[in-house]
Amino acid sequence: MISGADIMVKCLQAEGVDTVFGYPGATICPFYDALYDSDIKHILVRQEQNAAHAASGYARARMRPGVCVATSGPGATNLITGIATAYTDSIPIIAITGQVRSDLLGRDVFQEADITGACEPFTKHSYLVSKTEDLPRVFKEAFHIATTGRPGPVLIDIPMDIQTNKIENFEYPEKVNLRSYKPNTKGHTVQVKRAIELIKKAKRPIIVSGGGVLSSGAKLKLQKFADMTRIPVLSTMMGIGVMPSEHPLYLGMLGTHGRRCANKALHLTDLAIVCGARLGDRAIAAPDQMSERTKIIHIDIDPAEIGKNVKVDIPIVGDMNNVLKNMIENVGDFRINDEWDAQVKDLKAHYQSKISTFEGFVEPRTLIGKLSSMLKSKAILCADVGQNQIWCANNFRIREGRFFTTGGMGTMGYSIPAAIGAKLGLKKRDVVVVCGDGSFQMSLNELSTIVQNNLNIKIIVMRNYRLGMVRELQDNYYNGRHSATVLNDAPDIVALAKAYGIDSVEVSSNEDAEKYIGKIVESDKPFVLVCRVHPDTPSIL
Amino acid sequence: MKYTLSILVENQAGVLSKISGLFSRRGFNIDSLAVGVTNDPTVSRITIVANGDEYVVEQLEKQLNKLIPVIKVKRLIEGEFISRELSLIKVHCAAAKRFEILKIADLMHAKVVDVAVDTVTLEYCETVEKINTLKDLLKPYGIREIVSTGTVAIDKGKAEVTV
Repeated sequence: MISGADIMVKCLQAEGVDTVFGYPGATICPFYDALYDSDIKHILVRQEQNAAHAASGYARARMRPGVCVATSGPGATNLITGIATAYTDSIPIIAITGQVRSDLLGRDVFQEADITGACEPFTKHSYLVSKTEDLPRVFKEAFHIATTGRPGPVLIDIPMDIQTNKIENFEYPEKVNLRSYKPNTKGHTVQVKRAIELIKKAKRPIIVSGGGVLSSGAKLKLQKFADMTRIPVLSTMMGIGVMPSEHPLYLGMLGTHGRRCANKALHLTDLAIVCGARLGDRAIAAPDQMSERTKIIHIDIDPAEIGKNVKVDIPIVGDMNNVLKNMIENVGDFRINDEWDAQVKDLKAHYQSKISTFEGFVEPRTLIGKLSSMLKSKAILCADVGQNQIWCANNFRIREGRFFTTGGMGTMGYSIPAAIGAKLGLKKRDVVVVCGDGSFQMSLNELSTIVQNNLNIKIIVMRNYRLGMVRELQDNYYNGRHSATVLNDAPDIVALAKAYGIDSVEVSSNEDAEKYIGKIVESDKPFVLVCRVHPDTPSIL
Repeated sequence: MKYTLSILVENQAGVLSKISGLFSRRGFNIDSLAVGVTNDPTVSRITIVANGDEYVVEQLEKQLNKLIPVIKVKRLIEGEFISRELSLIKVHCAAAKRFEILKIADLMHAKVVDVAVDTVTLEYCETVEKINTLKDLLKPYGIREIVSTGTVAIDKGKAEVTV
């Protein structure tokens, strides 16, 4: 006989899970008891939301689903923001929640919450398990659904009695049998042919690349396609890292907070090849104007994204890997004309940002540029949300590394837990967090998790005593009325970090900041570097 | 634009709320909704009638298809399907008016299912348009109560919506 809780552990093992992030509670105790004897590493976070973010960081680093666990009621509802973030950012995570006993469901007992109902709009799928016998099938399906097609979070809510009930034996299914879920990954050959014809006719084509290229692991194919055709590449925020930042064909991030040369190219183009991007409002502020100006080929695994935000001339539903492979095979010796090639070079040279500095403060954009060259080439940078995110997006020079941020949902407090997940996923990589003093304070409790697990994560806090991004909005659209965007002097972050057992220092010049970064990248201990930033330092130029 | 969607779903708990939630989250109203098991007991068929422009309907079809328990979504083509709604209509009926009301029922092919001292209840299974006509005809006598099902619809001829 085997209990539901033991089955849950065996299912995770069958899926090759080595690490889970979570926070225990009464209704998930049977599972935690089973976990105690297993070889799966459990990382105790300090608030459930961060378990979901850590699972997201882990998933992005390892290219396999991250798992987070919480108890019923408040534990489960705390997960929601993390689940919603993974949904919008299309990151595969499995959220496991305890639930009150089946016979108590719906009676509003202690710590009962309808979590499958609450998460309905932002899970790819969810299960409320009603029989212990169903657990193996549910886990198999959940991992399959989370990782195939457009990746996303799947929630498994498991009442306590389902965890404690025993059944005869455990058998993990080899296959899933879901007649209603068969994502189309191939990419229609005729559509690809039509796309190639359009590309060959275009005078000023560009590639707009999004997070889908990274999640399908097609980044090298995209680089190859760009190199073959010399078509310049822009990326959305989620697509940063698709091309090395210094690649001659890469023009940077587009959109409201993007690089001018990227936006200029988007304005000049007569054919945009959109790869694994949903073209949200921050990427394309005026979608109607865009579709009037230029022809659009849209390639995405999710058919619902095609035609949702921008009118499309040639839709291709499929996995980026397959479609790009097909395109590489069929594009022949096509190269963009010299005129556009020269124009692109010219754009890159002329639209370089000029950065103004403030005496007695760190200039964050210059520092982040410098930081890129001080880290190993495969480093992972986790940026939070706000001005710090834009500074990183536009100035961190990626080589072979990764850039993790929540470009879709924009959840403050993402960077520290995501870095914890990334570091546990890829222990040998340099993992660096850049956040603001607002976002730092949203997940600073996780410093405990960093210390408890001895994780070598460097945290750079850009401290301007402001909620800088909103303050900037207020400067631009609300007559400079800084309503609720000024933070006071507390806490002393250096003292706080030290209280957690992490060494920390505050600097107010780039010279000092670089000096410390030079030192800390050599150490295997975590560090919090607080950089004083002038409140008037803008997000972009 | 009025449209009719025929949706085949897995016959499991919670599917209906996923589907109705998808409409309400996007701010779309449903005019009518009907659910029933098909000839395959593991599959239910949902018929939804709603209003929206071409963009809205296309988005809804795609979003519905994204729901894991949804097996198939088909927009039925105007003029190429049969649709029916069932209404039970209780009309105030003084003895003097009984003959008139029964005459209307006869004319419209509605079935009398209950007769009482001062009420008559009619059963009417027809298109929404014809049901509206019957309601109009009965209105002057005083309609006490109406209860209606959602519209169900099926393709004419060979065309079908199957797994």
